[in-house]
Amino acid sequence: MSNEKAITTPPRKNALVLFIHKLGSPAYFYTFAGRFIPWFWAIFLVLTAIGMYQAFFVVPADYQQGQSFRIMYLHVPAAWMSMLGYIVMAVFGFIALVWRIRIVEILAISCAPVGAAFTAATLIAGSLWGRPTWGTYWVWDARLTSELVLLFLYLGVIGLYNAIDEPRKAARAACLLALVGAVNLPIIHYSVKWWNTLHQGSSISLLGGSSIDSSMLWPLLIMSIAVKFYFGANLLTRARVRLLEQDLRKGWVRDIVREGR
Amino acid sequence: MTGTLPTGSLSGAFIALVRRDLLLAFRRRTELLFPVIFLLVVISLFPLGIGPGPQLLARIAPGVIWIAALLATVISLDGLFRSDFEDGTLEQFVISGHPLTLIALAKILTHWLVAGLPIVLLSPLLAVWMNLPSGTLGVMVATLLLGTPVLSLIGSIGVGLTISLKRGGQLLSLLVFPLYVPILIVATAAVMAAADGLPYTQFLGLLVAGLVTSLTLAPFAAAAALKISLS
Repeated sequence: MSNEKAITTPPRKNALVLFIHKLGSPAYFYTFAGRFIPWFWAIFLVLTAIGMYQAFFVVPADYQQGQSFRIMYLHVPAAWMSMLGYIVMAVFGFIALVWRIRIVEILAISCAPVGAAFTAATLIAGSLWGRPTWGTYWVWDARLTSELVLLFLYLGVIGLYNAIDEPRKAARAACLLALVGAVNLPIIHYSVKWWNTLHQGSSISLLGGSSIDSSMLWPLLIMSIAVKFYFGANLLTRARVRLLEQDLRKGWVRDIVREGR
Repeated sequence: MTGTLPTGSLSGAFIALVRRDLLLAFRRRTELLFPVIFLLVVISLFPLGIGPGPQLLARIAPGVIWIAALLATVISLDGLFRSDFEDGTLEQFVISGHPLTLIALAKILTHWLVAGLPIVLLSPLLAVWMNLPSGTLGVMVATLLLGTPVLSLIGSIGVGLTISLKRGGQLLSLLVFPLYVPILIVATAAVMAAADGLPYTQFLGLLVAGLVTSLTLAPFAAAAALKISLS
């Protein structure tokens, strides 16, 4: 009798906890993420259109750097995103290692290529900006150097994931590496910053004392929000594709193919 | 795994493991010498490539010696868990009931004694080759003494992650070199400050901090990495 009672009244669960448990199911996550992706892309495109228009046509040229400072509207949001991307990856990695949720493992791994791309974009935009401002493509500036080390950290995570054949084992190894990197990242960042002041006397600053006029600041903020939506859209798309690849022979994928979603 | 009770005490296992690994290392003495010879060869390439000018060599000496130490450490790291992984001893360690963290620490200690300590002991010779100012030799030795254990500790995480790969060595260098950046910066800064007659004890303090931090955290991460690799 007691057995029957346990079946008829399942333990009451908090709606949020229930939702999180549901998200752990590949089929549910797939459709859930699919619903968000178009919105993320749309918001990204609208914000980028506004931000880029402002950056290229509304904001006046800088009195010192002329037109070249407009690279900032790509460089700085990409730089912020590259660091935030690593933090997001490490948080996902922590969750994946502690609770062993496969979706989160996939999310953590999918952060790496997007983050690495943003880091590379930061470095390229930074050196293109450096050419007119510093007269050279590359300076061992503290920020450029720590971005370079960040790129190496991303490449390590990607390399380790791709080197191990079994996907779940590869994901867990990469998650642990991402966590180790996240512990080291502040130490690396500050040691590089400090190394730079040690060897250079006065470091060259792109934004002279960060005294930026508010008319120049607004497009920057819009662009940095746009970039976050790009990251989200790209991350979810990658996670969905990876999930499909891994579950190619499972029932829920077959259902999706049959329904033509 | 959790059901088995360890036989023997924790410290007994630790000492036995260190003794066994040292014995194994000294049975293969030529292999032991490879990283040391590698270090000497790399250092000797710098005067050949840059020119024998004593002033220039003296300026780059701290950086060159430290970079060579990093390279030699990474070369030797691959052997840290390799043979134990291949013959299944590592799995026996896991089911022995002793914490894997402690076993990893014992392996790291042996690795440092075998690969790190020779670098420290050789550094006076390297300093002479690189024309390091004589007054800074003590600081150089101190940075190596404090820094090379950190290299072994951080490196053990990378080895744990790549151990199940056939060609893990190449990947290992990509994984660990970015993590070695702070140690390289602080250690060379200490020697350079000493060469310029500036105070350098704060740098040694930072190295001690790095050693303590990695000593407390790295063995846990290495054990977690090994468990993933063995799964």
